[in-house]
Amino acid sequence: MRIGAMIKRIMLELSRDKRTLGLLFIAPLFILTLMYFLFQSNTTQQATLAVRGVDSTLVQAIDNKHIQIRKVTDTTVSARRLIRQHDYAGVLTQSGSKLTLTLQNSDQTQSALIKQSLQAAQIQLKMKAAGTTIKTQAAALQKLARALAAATRRVPTASAAPAGSHTAAYSLTTHYLYGSGDATFFQTLLPIMIGFVVFFFVFLISGIALLRERTTGTLNRLLATPVRRGEIIAGYLCGYGLLALVQTILVVLFTLYVFNIQILGNLALVLLINILLAIIALTLGLLISTFTSSEFQMVQFIPIVVIPQIFFSGLIPVNQMAGWLQAIAHVMPLYYGADAMSAVIEKGAAFSAIAGDVGILLLFFAVFLGLNLLAMRRYRQV
Amino acid sequence: MDNTIQVSDLTQGYGRTTVLRDINLTLTPGTILALIGPSGAGKTTLVATIMGMLKPRQGTVTVLNTAVPNRPLLARIGYMAQTDALYDSLTGAENLQFFGTMQGLRRAAMPERIKYAAGVVNLQPDLKKPVQDYSGGMKRRLSLAIALLADPAVLILDEPTVGIDPELRQQIWHELHALAASGKTILLTTHVMEDAEQADTIMMIRNGEAIAQGTPAQLTAQYHVATVEAAFLQAGRDQDAHRRND
Repeated sequence: MRIGAMIKRIMLELSRDKRTLGLLFIAPLFILTLMYFLFQSNTTQQATLAVRGVDSTLVQAIDNKHIQIRKVTDTTVSARRLIRQHDYAGVLTQSGSKLTLTLQNSDQTQSALIKQSLQAAQIQLKMKAAGTTIKTQAAALQKLARALAAATRRVPTASAAPAGSHTAAYSLTTHYLYGSGDATFFQTLLPIMIGFVVFFFVFLISGIALLRERTTGTLNRLLATPVRRGEIIAGYLCGYGLLALVQTILVVLFTLYVFNIQILGNLALVLLINILLAIIALTLGLLISTFTSSEFQMVQFIPIVVIPQIFFSGLIPVNQMAGWLQAIAHVMPLYYGADAMSAVIEKGAAFSAIAGDVGILLLFFAVFLGLNLLAMRRYRQV
Repeated sequence: MDNTIQVSDLTQGYGRTTVLRDINLTLTPGTILALIGPSGAGKTTLVATIMGMLKPRQGTVTVLNTAVPNRPLLARIGYMAQTDALYDSLTGAENLQFFGTMQGLRRAAMPERIKYAAGVVNLQPDLKKPVQDYSGGMKRRLSLAIALLADPAVLILDEPTVGIDPELRQQIWHELHALAASGKTILLTTHVMEDAEQADTIMMIRNGEAIAQGTPAQLTAQYHVATVEAAFLQAGRDQDAHRRND
């Protein structure tokens, strides 16, 4: 009954606070939509390359859709100056057979694009050169063969066809175990974001809610009633758990119908993982809020508690990190949450496959819950 | 008749600091006790100890024949906090409903109790308004109504008359006397001397010690002064003189 009253009160308070409600339900969709477009338009990367006195065959070979060529004739200006003046990504200068490449290198992807294109062009030119040599050789060979046939009076078959001009035509078919060929980075990002969004908002809003209860004195007032400390926390858990559930359903529906992205696994598992992340975020938020004295201080905890979790949530592959960094990843709740979420959404994992992650998440919850019950003792000793 | 609140040789503090020393206090049903003293004297700490929010460091505290701290006992104590601990976005009625449920009030009894408590403090017409639209005085009154809600045997009121206009103050005192007459025990803290004079007994606290205790008439007689205020000032001077002699 008391827990029910707590839930009702939390819901009433939220329903009157339109801005927080908006933050809870609109902001995640806004962030996801932004990310959707950001990580989809990846193929139109371009770099501007200025060329000076470079052979036209090489320039032609370099030219592709990623490189914009600008011809420069002025030989008196230095390459550095050219880049500073015109914001070129690179300048390629040829004197004799010597090529000099100067790169702006403020954007490493553009530098890489230019280097790649230049390398590809050089290989292409070499191949062409090799091709012409082989052709002339093949012609000589053919002549020789004809002479030989004439000499032996034997009519040769086509088997004497030149080997060099024959190029193997491989045909490649790619099969994808998960997802399809047009999968973008967004699809990798999505499961991580679904978990993160819930974690972040529940952490912040529940932490601030308890903090406000403490600073306005309502927590003390509550503890002056025969309510159990556990009932207060349970009320918070149910209230904000419900909120997380609604938020998750909203994000998942948005993903399914607006982004048209398939969720391979069971939706119930997606909800389960998010509820777990929400109650961990809640207990962590409540715990942190007992160490803060204002909303501003609560926000200051975000860079310490929330941001590092993103780094270790699978955005950067954890198994490629240094050993000690991997160890850090394993104390981050979001690492397990994102791992399980990716498995369910991208690989259609069943419960048995994510049971380990779920177990560890439950453990996190139990530890934070215990610490919260202890921290509440500060306010009332029974 | 049994004592409702009994404090014996209480010493209380946080960490290494001692906030209260050797406090003795006895309250019988139907009496009103005013704790007076400057801010930081330890009034709120004493109230928190009687409520059972803090364990007594030394000595014993019993309320309604039960040693504190005791959680179920809190259902029988009506408490009004020093700050207006209210949920601003909820209406007055919703606040009463919520705290009533927390206090353990039955759902069936709720409407009648809300009507009674709001009536005492003249808040019935404003119950549908959100608390953020209340004036300071209205918030104090709502806090008092919450304390009265569960018909408790003991009322503990921390600064109940701050921000309340004289007319309403008189009305509230009238109601407090009526409650006391019906057998309830009331303990309140204040630093308004007029409030103290309305109480049956007064306990003066200064620097964590009870410097004087008695009915208003006894105190003015003891210090040969005309008012309770003068008695308090004299008792304070005596305490300082006593300390210098130590």
